[in-house]
Amino acid sequence: MSRIAATFAALKAAHRKALIPFITAGDPVPGQTVPLMHALVAGGADIIELGVPFSDPMADGPTIQRASERALKHGVGLRDVLAMTAEFRKTNTATPVVLMGYANPIEAMGWEAFCAAAREAGVDGVLTVDYPPEEAADFAAQCAAAGLDNIYLLAPTTPPARLAAITRQARGFVYYVSLKGVTGAANLDLAEVAERVGMIRAESGLPVGVGFGIRDAETARQVAAVADAVVIGSRIVQEIEQSTDAARLDNVRLFLAGVRAALDA
Amino acid sequence: MQMHDLPDARGHFGPYGGVFVAETLMAALDELRREYEAAREDPDFQAEFHHELRHYVGRPSPIYHARRWSEKLGGAQIYLKREDLNHTGAHKINNTIGQALLARRMGKKRVIAETGAGQHGVASATVAARYGMECVVYMGAEDIKRQSPNVYRMKLLGATVVGVESGSKTLKDALNEAMRDWVTNVESTFYILGTAAGPHPYPMLVRDFQCVIGEECKAQMNEMLGRQPDAVIACVGGGSNAIGIFHPYIPVEGVRLIGVEAGGEGVATGRHAAPLSAGTPGVLHGFRSYLMQDANGQIIETHSVSAGLDYPGVGPEHSWLKDSGRAEYVAINDDEALRAFHDLCRFEGIIPALESSHALAHAAKIAPTLDKDRILLVNLSGRGDKDINTVARLSGIEL
Ligand SMILES: Cc1ncc(COP(=O)(O)O)c(C=O)c1O
Repeated sequence: MSRIAATFAALKAAHRKALIPFITAGDPVPGQTVPLMHALVAGGADIIELGVPFSDPMADGPTIQRASERALKHGVGLRDVLAMTAEFRKTNTATPVVLMGYANPIEAMGWEAFCAAAREAGVDGVLTVDYPPEEAADFAAQCAAAGLDNIYLLAPTTPPARLAAITRQARGFVYYVSLKGVTGAANLDLAEVAERVGMIRAESGLPVGVGFGIRDAETARQVAAVADAVVIGSRIVQEIEQSTDAARLDNVRLFLAGVRAALDA
Repeated sequence: MQMHDLPDARGHFGPYGGVFVAETLMAALDELRREYEAAREDPDFQAEFHHELRHYVGRPSPIYHARRWSEKLGGAQIYLKREDLNHTGAHKINNTIGQALLARRMGKKRVIAETGAGQHGVASATVAARYGMECVVYMGAEDIKRQSPNVYRMKLLGATVVGVESGSKTLKDALNEAMRDWVTNVESTFYILGTAAGPHPYPMLVRDFQCVIGEECKAQMNEMLGRQPDAVIACVGGGSNAIGIFHPYIPVEGVRLIGVEAGGEGVATGRHAAPLSAGTPGVLHGFRSYLMQDANGQIIETHSVSAGLDYPGVGPEHSWLKDSGRAEYVAINDDEALRAFHDLCRFEGIIPALESSHALAHAAKIAPTLDKDRILLVNLSGRGDKDINTVARLSGIEL
């Protein structure tokens, strides 16, 4: 069983929901990424979404754009992100790591080389914002062959027939984007999320994660009531951005622990 | 499938093009594709488009024999397709009218656009005023500085101009920001994309709207000279004026197609905007094409004296035409473009856009190597009024 499947199976058995924080690799400096990943786990993360910095993050709001820019100042590329994952794996073999980013860094490395290196580094899943299923069939096949789950996004605008078709080819978990907008926006509609998650569940037994626009423990709790996992990105990146070097790890851990407590209550 | 029948149903030109966008936009692009396919076959839509081109834009634009300049160069005869004489001063309006009519057909009352030189922004603001739509234009903060007359023109026309401070603060960042707006307001908003790039169906529909340039040329050359040119030359930013004049000529044998990219300070210096000359394929802004990128797949900052060519990618059909060999692509440096700019002013009484000056400079480079009975047709994609501050500054003059 893959690490992602094992994680969701264990959570289900314990009647708990998955907490998936997002950070951008290399933000604010490359040396803090692995310590931050461990801090996330200490704060209650079940899966880590690790953002691959990109020069043109079209789907991201200002907070994650700035995180990308900080990482790029240090020249952090996809190979560095894989090295950070491998470093994390030296002391954590249980927590799944999903890379989230854009197509071009993967294109530049080449699909085959990327899949082999990602597997080697201990990556579990890949979520590429601008690889819709129509363009990603061959990439998804290579991911599968390397034991990586290629995770697809579904959106409020996805028509029902398309939602059903994508859900049926999904692997790992299904990621439902909870709003029309970029990361960090604040126009999440809970009733719509519940309805959409229901439609996804009707097509597949895969876990459903919900992300974009979840900024506090209370919203996380409400979303978790209808989904299997909540993804929190911009709010954590904001914590990273606003913390001093000395307080950063503690602040991130404590923020996440607050969300964890709300989910488990 | 014939080369000029591309793209395929999913927007691929060989390995290029496609739809590489966030899931939120997939349905909107699909709706746009369906609507455009219907409009393309709808005689009423086509009739209105051509009526607007004739009565609002002033088409057909003439072809002019640059006789004095040709004589001075001492070789081939240079003919200019005068897109600079269009309403708003560039070819961009052909496309914005087409897309605004589509927006109206789809019931969208708000349009957004990205702009580099400001020409597409002006053309979008113009049609938004003409059809009574709200218009927001995204423009890199760097470009706002170097193209201030166009910023004011957009405001006069009632558009809101939003400065983009992210990334390199130029055209590519304006495009990112327009896409972010579209993701957020996808149901109410029509994105008027300014060049033959972006996710399918944009490269196809922008090309189709711009093909009026090449179609007119074929008829006009035949009428004026009873023959077609030996070469058609156009500058390539995203590639819309070039594909508009090239595409009708793709099946015409014996006509060379030459695209001219911005060589900036020289392709060898790395400070340029010439992805077809010195880039590698990748995915940006929703499509696969040649790009300027580093080994990590990060997009490299571009450099060109002309804001309209300052783009690290290029429309996918040009990547395909390059690989297939049907078109050739070259680069012209800033200083060569400036020389051609001044030459056209002095020898022909025409102030060309700095973008178009790149195509002119390449014509000036090859004309002397060709016989006097050879014909070079250059797409004079826009007029240079917007560039006079830039040119003055480069000549050490503050206006
Ligand atoms: C006059 C003119 N020519 C050419 C271009 C380049 O665009 P494209 O390659 O799409 O024709 C621009 C862009 O702003 C322009 O204003």
